[in-house]
Amino acid sequence: MIYWDLFVTFFKVGLFSFGGGYAMIPLISSEIQRHGWLLESEFVQIIGIAEMTPGPIAVNAATFVGYKMGGVGGSAVATLGVALPSLLIVLFISSFFFKHSQNIIMKKVFYGIRPVIAGLIFAAALSIGKSALFINHTPDMSQVNYITFVIGIVVLILALKTKIHPILLIIGSGILGFMTIFL
Amino acid sequence: MKTYLELFLAFLKIGAFTFGGGYAMIPLIEKEVVVHKKWVHKDDIINLFAIAQSIPGAIAINTSTLIGYKVAGRRGAIAATSGVILPSFLIIIVVATFFGKIARTPTVEAIFLGINGAVVALILVAAKRMVQSAVVDGLTLMIFMGTVFSVIFTTISPVWVIILGGLIGFVSYQQIRERKNTP
Repeated sequence: MIYWDLFVTFFKVGLFSFGGGYAMIPLISSEIQRHGWLLESEFVQIIGIAEMTPGPIAVNAATFVGYKMGGVGGSAVATLGVALPSLLIVLFISSFFFKHSQNIIMKKVFYGIRPVIAGLIFAAALSIGKSALFINHTPDMSQVNYITFVIGIVVLILALKTKIHPILLIIGSGILGFMTIFL
Repeated sequence: MKTYLELFLAFLKIGAFTFGGGYAMIPLIEKEVVVHKKWVHKDDIINLFAIAQSIPGAIAINTSTLIGYKVAGRRGAIAATSGVILPSFLIIIVVATFFGKIARTPTVEAIFLGINGAVVALILVAAKRMVQSAVVDGLTLMIFMGTVFSVIFTTISPVWVIILGGLIGFVSYQQIRERKNTP
């Protein structure tokens, strides 16, 4: 029963991956090999598409693998499977968290956790920046994507100094990038 | 009912314009949830990001579910999560049905040269806001810098860094307060 297999597999992936979508990729890969669902090369292509299309990478990958194995129904059960653990865990802990968020112990713990989250977000910007700014994803000053760099600086200034919606900045940057092919 | 629909639509918008996974979603969530809808206060949103990264599953899904729950309970969580998933789901099905693969054509590459620049800049701006909210003294500054260092130079899972941050917060917050209170 492919639907059940897809659901259980992606439920497991959702339940046992810590650290977000990218941490799921190795897990999905090993599950796919274990079931003999897709070739490694097909999977690599799916991850490429999951990164390029909007939305959470985990959802994109689950939908795509599900579709390949079981059509629209397969993609629905795989997506449901990968999202359901989050939903259940959040529902389980939220009632506790929101009830006790003003609690002194929670305040102490979050005093220490908040700078960690700020650090993780800053580090994410650096690492995504590294792979976006350099043509071979390694810091080499002779191989800089100048278009990305200039657009990044412009967006940085606009985001800090104006109230333009980030979605407009993303769309505008895509259009600017597109126009560079006519340079 | 109106709130559920608003949550669904807000997260539909966020899901449709998130390029590059959970961290890329943070600037969009800030704009929609904190600035526009004022559902969550700007000092509280970082706590939700913290929980989203500490539990298993995709960060994007965890964050949406948590915010949905905070705004409108269980049904709110389901509304927000469905909203964030739906664009990915539909886009991937269209891609899988009609293209099978997205070719890395020069046009697509050029568009992403622009989008990538915007995404990095927007995450940097989000990181700046998180730092302003979370780094309040010397100790939190050290935790912030230690986190950035550990992510860039080690392979330690962020989950451990979050737990350590929580422990440091728990142990030291009281001492700092007591010290301040004694003349």
